[in-house]
Amino acid sequence: MFYIYCPYCGEHREEEEFHAKGQAHLARPKDPDACSDEEWGNFLYFRPNPRGLYHELWVHAIGCRKFFNIARDTQTYEILETYRIGESPKLSQSTDQQQS
Amino acid sequence: MSDVTNTAVDSTATPGVALMDQQPDDSVPARSPLHHVAQAQTGEVSANARVSIWEEPLKTHLILRGDAAAAGFREGVQAATGLDLPEPLQSQSKGDWSLSWITPDEWLLVGPGDQAFTMESRLREQLEGHYAVVNVGGGQSIVRLSGTEARSVLMKSCPYDVHDRHFPVGKVVTTVLGKTQATLRRLGDNDWEIVVRRSFADYIWRWLLDAASEHGVHTGPLLSAVKGQASHKTDTSTV
Ligand SMILES: [Zn+2]
Repeated sequence: MFYIYCPYCGEHREEEEFHAKGQAHLARPKDPDACSDEEWGNFLYFRPNPRGLYHELWVHAIGCRKFFNIARDTQTYEILETYRIGESPKLSQSTDQQQS
Repeated sequence: MSDVTNTAVDSTATPGVALMDQQPDDSVPARSPLHHVAQAQTGEVSANARVSIWEEPLKTHLILRGDAAAAGFREGVQAATGLDLPEPLQSQSKGDWSLSWITPDEWLLVGPGDQAFTMESRLREQLEGHYAVVNVGGGQSIVRLSGTEARSVLMKSCPYDVHDRHFPVGKVVTTVLGKTQATLRRLGDNDWEIVVRRSFADYIWRWLLDAASEHGVHTGPLLSAVKGQASHKTDTSTV
């Protein structure tokens, strides 16, 4: 049993109701045509794999169906915070913004 | 869609929206997703049945989408339905109609089966701004679960905590039921409403029957529900 707090429903729900959708806060290049293959490839395929704090996009798939973000510790699996789309995490992203 | 006529399209009242009465006339028998299961219609429940399960077929299901903070939407829903937009995980009901929170910008309006077009027209007259009204009655149905052991049946069917403290009357939750998704609403201490996808109705029905069998199960509406049921044409013949 693993409970996740949905910031839209405002309560903890069983993990079974959620799906993980990968790294959060990915910025799509504003002008893809102007990207080098490397820049586009990095955006599309390459993700950091940090030990510790990591920000992920999740969806409350069998529930309110909203996407939201989770700050999670990849070592302990502890969920440090969940927050709505458009909101900023309270915890620093220093460890998972090492891309590019 | 071959039999649907668009004589009801009223382009003057709501420009840009083709509003269509999707209710076929009486020559077309309507068939609910659970038309094939045996359900007693008398309302008589045997003494040893502590759970009753029945379908509330062919009701009006309208999805309303909009911004609860926008006055034009909130007040429009109030004016058309007489119901206030419920807070998260809550529902409102009045007479034959109920309004349930689904997600922060979505609500489910349920009412008598023959009033979908009337209600949709009324909503479109009253609502202002950016909103959507969609008739989803063909895609889902309602299974009712009632009786002293109804909660026990849910306890072994879904991961959500259905304890009285956590799931009071009026609360509505979309969660996992069996291996599918369902919207649970608590109507009373021993009375639950389950909104299921049409294609999963048979699965949920069998699941609930199986889960309830240890408590003694009655299939068919209770007397109170039989009395209150709006009359609409239902084809109960088997295929
Ligand atoms: Zn949620």
